[in-house]
Amino acid sequence: MAELSRETIRDTAIDCILSVAPEAEIDRLRHDRPWREQLEVDSFDFLNVLVALETRLGVSVPEGDYHELTTLDGLVAYLEARLAETPP
Amino acid sequence: MEVLRKSRSEVRAAVMDDYSRRCAGFSWGEARGWLDGLPGGAGLNIAHEAVDRHATGTQGERTALRWLGKQGRQRDISYRELASLSSRFANVLGELGVPPGAGVFLLAGRIPELYVAVLGALKHTAVVTPLFSAFGPEPIVTRMTLGEGRVLVTTASLYRRKIAPIRDRLGALEHVLVVRDDDGELPEDTHDLVARLDAASDVYTIPATDDETPALLHFTSGTTGKPKGALHVHQAVVAHYATARFALDLRPEDIYWCTADPGWVTGTSYGIIAPLCIGATLVVDEAEFDAEHWYDVLESEGVTVWYTAPTAIRMMMRGGSERARSRRYPALRFIASVGEPLNPQAVHWGVEAFGLPIHDNWWQTETGGIMIANFASLDIRPGAMGKPLPGIQAGVLRHLPDGGVEEVTRYGEEGELALRVGWPSMFRTYLNEDARYRRCFVDGWYLTGDLVRRDPEDYYWFVGRADDMIKSAGHLIGPFEVESALMEHPAVAEVGVIGKPDPVIGEIVKAFVALKPGFVSDESLRRELLGFARRRLGPAVAPKEIDIQSSLPRTRSGKIMRRLLKARELGLPEGDTSTLESAR
Repeated sequence: MAELSRETIRDTAIDCILSVAPEAEIDRLRHDRPWREQLEVDSFDFLNVLVALETRLGVSVPEGDYHELTTLDGLVAYLEARLAETPP
Repeated sequence: MEVLRKSRSEVRAAVMDDYSRRCAGFSWGEARGWLDGLPGGAGLNIAHEAVDRHATGTQGERTALRWLGKQGRQRDISYRELASLSSRFANVLGELGVPPGAGVFLLAGRIPELYVAVLGALKHTAVVTPLFSAFGPEPIVTRMTLGEGRVLVTTASLYRRKIAPIRDRLGALEHVLVVRDDDGELPEDTHDLVARLDAASDVYTIPATDDETPALLHFTSGTTGKPKGALHVHQAVVAHYATARFALDLRPEDIYWCTADPGWVTGTSYGIIAPLCIGATLVVDEAEFDAEHWYDVLESEGVTVWYTAPTAIRMMMRGGSERARSRRYPALRFIASVGEPLNPQAVHWGVEAFGLPIHDNWWQTETGGIMIANFASLDIRPGAMGKPLPGIQAGVLRHLPDGGVEEVTRYGEEGELALRVGWPSMFRTYLNEDARYRRCFVDGWYLTGDLVRRDPEDYYWFVGRADDMIKSAGHLIGPFEVESALMEHPAVAEVGVIGKPDPVIGEIVKAFVALKPGFVSDESLRRELLGFARRRLGPAVAPKEIDIQSSLPRTRSGKIMRRLLKARELGLPEGDTSTLESAR
């Protein structure tokens, strides 16, 4: 996969969240707080966001890494790092 | 059939070490004698049994509640302190002029003030309704209107997000008590709960409380019409206490963790009342589910008895047992589960991950307490609901053409699970819907709406629901409530909502929608409908999937055929809906 910019990764992540919780007001997210809580994304919704991310970006997230996805910035940074380690 | 045997030492160590003898010699009158009653023979009050009677002497210094906050904060509240705080809350209600019997609603995450308010309101003999904080505005309005909520306890952030926009629709609401959890000002027309508690006296004498005094109002969904408010009375505490001993093996020295939110009946009956009545230490974890975090809590808090749910167990199973096994749980003694049938693999997974099998049990909002269980002292039949509790007579009923019922006598034959009326935590009515209440009873039986089979050893096995109710993540969701919300969208002509089987959460809510002329089915409209439903209903009730179709199947009388939608979804032949037919 060609190298994706941080913006593209971020937009993709947001679209994956919106596919599960379309009502989410992403613009009003507080970056220092967990996004799931603010957007009322429950455990089942969260798993569907992960499924969408895997489909779109080819990154599957093991359960032990969930804590790195707590904030939106953390989620984007995690995806960026994982995409960087995948050989092109 | 496969059976998980219990050793003789396990049997001997159980609170109830001889099931048959306990059943034979048991009466609810005896169980009532295990409680203290109000001083001076002034009756029976749940909050006195839960808190005040443990609050004096050295017992009072024991930890009643250990709160684990989201940001790693921790707060221990002793029985003495909980008695004092709940008395303060009762006094706040008194100062506000809230009369006994008034509806006190709670909408909050698992914060200490929620527990204080529940117990304080029970002291004041108000009627308590905890609402799930993931409810959207519509479920909140419906329930607060039906329950005539005069007082609401919530947080500032939930108030701003969910209550302020609908406050003018809450006609009965007089007082809002708010816990300030953000940096904003105190919302207009609310009281600062913590400030009120600080200013109130911590001396409160519980008024005389009759056994039949209303105590708790829990809402449960109906297959048609609005949710039903199942009303429970103070006498229910007799069952809470006895069933926690029998089915959860709970004792005063236990560190107990019930993972259910108080917004659902389990989180109140067994997440607040029963463990405190026993005198145990209650672990309250504010955070949402996260497998790693849960293993942490079990290990670091030294949890001894853990009451959880199949959805959570199956979510943990997805990650494999290695992560669970990398910890040590020397204190953990008993695991139980409730909410929906626990599949045999999950029972075994408990052994693999924690060295302990998981004991499934069964009950409903209406029953108020555990009715059928796998017990510490009995062998487990993985996949079975278990056996009736002492004091509970269960039956499998067949419906007769004349409207009567008869017991199915052959083992393995399917029928509706019913319970002989007369246990203390049985609901006393559906609020303002007595006819609907009376329809639940035939010939001295309470009809549960669940289809079961009984095996020759008297274990009960869940087969399915007798109606269209959806069981998602252990919670009953009525299709009608979801359909009504979606019907409000201008593009929607008709809606049918079903439970679609899901390996993790049991069933997901799935909506089938037909559009009005002029609207085009595409991804953006699908998302709009999904967001529309989530905003109104909240994620706990809203559909997880929406399928737009050109039209929906209807009966001749015009009712949407949910069963046919479900047959199609499951890939069954359309003509063959026999496996989905109702038993009634």
